[in-house]
Amino acid sequence: MGSLRVQKRLAGQVRQPDPLTHTLSEAFPETATDAAAVGFVLARLPRTTAPILWVQDRLSRKEAGRPYLAGIGTDRPLIMVSLSRAADVLWAMEDGLRCKALGGVIGEVWGDPPVLDFTATKRLAMRSEAADVPCWLIRRAASPDLSAARDRWRIASLPSAPHPHDAQAPGLPRWSLDLFRSRRSKPGQWVATYDRTADRLDLSAAIRDGTLATGHGTAGQRAAG
Amino acid sequence: MERWQRVMERQGNAPPDDIPIVLAREGHHGPVIHAANRTARLSGINPGSRVVDMRAICPELQVEYADPAGDRAALERLVIWTRRWCPWTVRDGDDGLILDTTGADHLLGGEAAMLVEMETQLSLLGLSAQLAIAPTWGAAWALARFGPVRSICGPDEMGFKLGALPVTGLRLDDDTVLLLRRLGLKTIGAVIDVPRLSLTRRFVKAGLESNPLLRLDQALGKLAEPVASVDAKPRFRVQSRLAEPIFDPTPYLPELCENLCEALKQAGQGCRRLHLMVYRTDGDVSHVDVATSATTRDPNHLHGLFRDKVERINPGFGFDLITLEAGGVEDMQVVQNRLDGGSDDDLHLTRLVDRLSAKFGARTVTRPVLRESHVPERAETQVAALVKLADVPASVAKDRPIRLLDHPEEVRVLYAVPEGPPAQFIWRRQTHRVARYAGPERIAPEWWHDRPGTRLRDYFKVEDQAGRRIWLYREGLHEDGRGGDPRWFVHGCFA
Repeated sequence: MGSLRVQKRLAGQVRQPDPLTHTLSEAFPETATDAAAVGFVLARLPRTTAPILWVQDRLSRKEAGRPYLAGIGTDRPLIMVSLSRAADVLWAMEDGLRCKALGGVIGEVWGDPPVLDFTATKRLAMRSEAADVPCWLIRRAASPDLSAARDRWRIASLPSAPHPHDAQAPGLPRWSLDLFRSRRSKPGQWVATYDRTADRLDLSAAIRDGTLATGHGTAGQRAAG
Repeated sequence: MERWQRVMERQGNAPPDDIPIVLAREGHHGPVIHAANRTARLSGINPGSRVVDMRAICPELQVEYADPAGDRAALERLVIWTRRWCPWTVRDGDDGLILDTTGADHLLGGEAAMLVEMETQLSLLGLSAQLAIAPTWGAAWALARFGPVRSICGPDEMGFKLGALPVTGLRLDDDTVLLLRRLGLKTIGAVIDVPRLSLTRRFVKAGLESNPLLRLDQALGKLAEPVASVDAKPRFRVQSRLAEPIFDPTPYLPELCENLCEALKQAGQGCRRLHLMVYRTDGDVSHVDVATSATTRDPNHLHGLFRDKVERINPGFGFDLITLEAGGVEDMQVVQNRLDGGSDDDLHLTRLVDRLSAKFGARTVTRPVLRESHVPERAETQVAALVKLADVPASVAKDRPIRLLDHPEEVRVLYAVPEGPPAQFIWRRQTHRVARYAGPERIAPEWWHDRPGTRLRDYFKVEDQAGRRIWLYREGLHEDGRGGDPRWFVHGCFA
């Protein structure tokens, strides 16, 4: 009986939202041309064959290129929408979040347009949670102002893991992840190694000044889809 | 030929009548003549022969290309148009119409008067016609092509009238006609005179196209050959007539959409396009078109597609008539794909694509698919968002970036070895030092697409000092004879 009560109390203490509900997250790449954020977003999307709605504004496409299917893989079809204004991007994303058949909605907005304010992000977040479709905003050349995004990441490339056969060649990609604001989990910093063939994201704690940072991330943890 | 002439006249560049012109189609050994105008026929050119041979006969011959699909479509429209004389009409091959005029001739003053009337009306369309009336399809076919002008054949004189015509009139294929000619049977009468038993024995295994006995029976009415008429598709159109001219059609749209969808539902059809027309009081017409990516008859969805488009109508001094017409009407079955009546995923996706394409234009909503090519920018092509693809090539096994620049950007490069990897490059005014690299991967130009002189590309995947993984390539080699020193471009970024 006693152990049961302890268990109940423990269960009451851990008051975390259901990790399965998808929501709005923001990713801030370190530089505009850094593709690490795109790679991380794609690695975090659920592994289904549902199509992905990918909305880009004109500057993002011009400056950072378009998603390239040969590198992403063809298991998830992409529906690309190229628009010119940030307001249209937000409209298309919100419209896409009304459709539960999508596997994810990804939007790319360049800079800090005035329409992308707290209200707009709140609308996106609530729609995303209502439809249970993950929604990602990739914001290049932007400052992390007020936003209702539930998770906010700062992502940069790191020198890659050693290649198993060729010492000169870059191996598996490594990213530095900085979850600087989160509603559901504890913010922290990690170093991620991504293996595309196995579609496996390994997180390890970022090492600061020779000591292991105390954080949520544990070595070898597989990212929850 | 005459349709082509009319099209050319409409475009204002019809050639004069005294120039020999032929329409050509592709044959086994080069183009063959599909049709010829009167001048060309008079100078000895017959359809079916090769264009090069006929050029030898008539050096000033002008050759244009025929449009058989357009001809067939025009003939389909003509099938419906000829319903003015009788209710039962059908297209016959690529160049004929069959009208079942049983019981319809007395309305037009007898068979002879009816034929004159038909020829007059067709010539008003700019078409010449050879007409004949006979009790069977086969006999009418033969008489129209090989018989006298406007011949009328009663049921009892068929053998007599058909007997004088050549065997080509039996609708046989070329090999059988040649065989009958070699046997000395030049007219249909000669075939009729041959004992039936020997014809049966000779052509026992032949199909309908090459069996003169079956074709003869069809022409003489011993073998039934019914005429299956096609129905004109009904047009779905609703309108609302207004007492006073107004400037904004928005309040009337929901009702129009509902009425149209009700009509579509009664007929078991769905539509792919909607045309909204407003008839203005000053006599002008404005229209707005929307399209959907799958057949639908949901009034709310169709109404939503007009949301931002109605404002583009120029009302002028107001309009007093609004019509809404369904285009691209197709059969549509109601499908329930989940027993519990939950959401229909495909339907939601098509509706999403419709909404996005209606708001931003169909060209902004695309879907990238892979294509068989080694050149990176050609390995991907854009198709409409919901196209079902038959054969999708498997994904590329090579290491490819996840971002590709639309236009490769030229960079200034320092290298140790001319053919080797870069040591340092300046991209967008920033210096990247190459820490590690993989490559080169050589991609040769596709000579069947590219201009001559296109240089090969050597792709390198490099990683700079900060860990950014960039895909860049050297265009050409030193002293490959295709321009000066090779240039370097950044083409994409790896994750």
